[in-house]
Amino acid sequence: MSDKVMVTTTVNGEECEALVEPRTLLVHMIRESLHLTGTHIGCDTTSCGACTVLLDGRPVKSCTILAVQANGRELATVEGLEAADGLSPVQEGFKEEHGLHCGYCTPGMMMTVTALLEENPNPSEDEIRKAISGNLCRCTGYVNIIKAVHYAAKKKEGAAA
Amino acid sequence: MLPSTFDYVAPTSLDEAVQALAAGAGDAKIMAGGQSLLPMMKLRLASPGMIIDLNGIAGLDTLEESDGMLRIGALVRHADLENSDLVRDRYPIIHDAAQHVADPLIRNRGTFCGSLAHGDPAGDWATVATTLGAELHAVGPNGAVVHSAHDFQTSMFETQLGMDQILVEARIPAPKAGQGSAYLKIERKVGDYAAAAVGVMIVLDGTTVTEASIGLTNVGPLTINATDAAASLVGKSIDDAAALEEAGRLAAEISEPSSDLRGPEEYKRDLVRVLTKRALRTAGARAQGKEA
Repeated sequence: MSDKVMVTTTVNGEECEALVEPRTLLVHMIRESLHLTGTHIGCDTTSCGACTVLLDGRPVKSCTILAVQANGRELATVEGLEAADGLSPVQEGFKEEHGLHCGYCTPGMMMTVTALLEENPNPSEDEIRKAISGNLCRCTGYVNIIKAVHYAAKKKEGAAA
Repeated sequence: MLPSTFDYVAPTSLDEAVQALAAGAGDAKIMAGGQSLLPMMKLRLASPGMIIDLNGIAGLDTLEESDGMLRIGALVRHADLENSDLVRDRYPIIHDAAQHVADPLIRNRGTFCGSLAHGDPAGDWATVATTLGAELHAVGPNGAVVHSAHDFQTSMFETQLGMDQILVEARIPAPKAGQGSAYLKIERKVGDYAAAAVGVMIVLDGTTVTEASIGLTNVGPLTINATDAAASLVGKSIDDAAALEEAGRLAAEISEPSSDLRGPEEYKRDLVRVLTKRALRTAGARAQGKEA
């Protein structure tokens, strides 16, 4: 049973298959089998949130989930944010408000923020700070990240109006 | 970092899971959220030969009040408790603690029951379960077994849960009239273990304490049930500052913190004293409907 197993997931709306060992972590399947390298490995010890992806819409650390546990589930990674008509409001916010310095935490940060805005379209600064408290930015660019989230919230509101 | 190789079993019923666990004969581990187990496996602190994943078993995500008990199933995530209106309105100690377990990403995955089964004295839920007198319902090859949260931990990372048992549900007595509760935690940063944390539950008749219970987190080799501190309050007024001070003193006295990077022993002991008093005041206000 420790033989390789086939994992079928829907990733950014597309069905994907990967043959992995049971011990393969979700982040490794995403990066190495599906070749979606936007999802980063930071600490690899469940601390930093660089590997955040959405599993059935909820942000989780993909370094702390087995790939087999995503079988039959829906995944969203940073590659899925951009739509045919351009950057998502969150991506645009990070660009316009300089919400990234080195950029390493950015994919994970944007996935967490994307989920936050789905749940809470107009978060306060305090709510944003709480929501991203599991995503570490070691450039400590939090001020601009928060501005980026406000920008994205406004942009989404405008698009919905 | 990869864990050692293991056989992966994804049962769709509890019976299958129990059978797999028996077949694993001491080398199998149950995984619910995996937010403690997987990091330990990656660091090779744990290398189970078999992982039995509960996530495919329907019905383990029950979070409801029935027959005078709050039922928390094995797949109820920390975030489910954090976001539950029922929990916020009726079990404020759980709502308090839920917001401070690990970080928001881990809370989307990790589970209440898994935390209890993990048996870490730094775990917030063990203190909450002790303070509220939870029943821990497990199943094994010989059927159902009920453990008490009070003596569940036997040593660091060890519990009364048998190697062939699966913790399937925690049941917490519904609040009585006049009950209030609170959980206060001091942590250096999000995701760190508590420097110290205190859970309290009291029942008031007017302002008189008729029942009390106090639990302490990460200030000893086990989760501490501060029975003397709690007993000292019974018959006293919740507005009696000297009684609260005495309860804080007794809680600090029974704690056994060790000095580490979160602070020296004296500091942690004093945190216990102060947090106990504060948590009692908050629980008192809540019991009297003065604070949400």
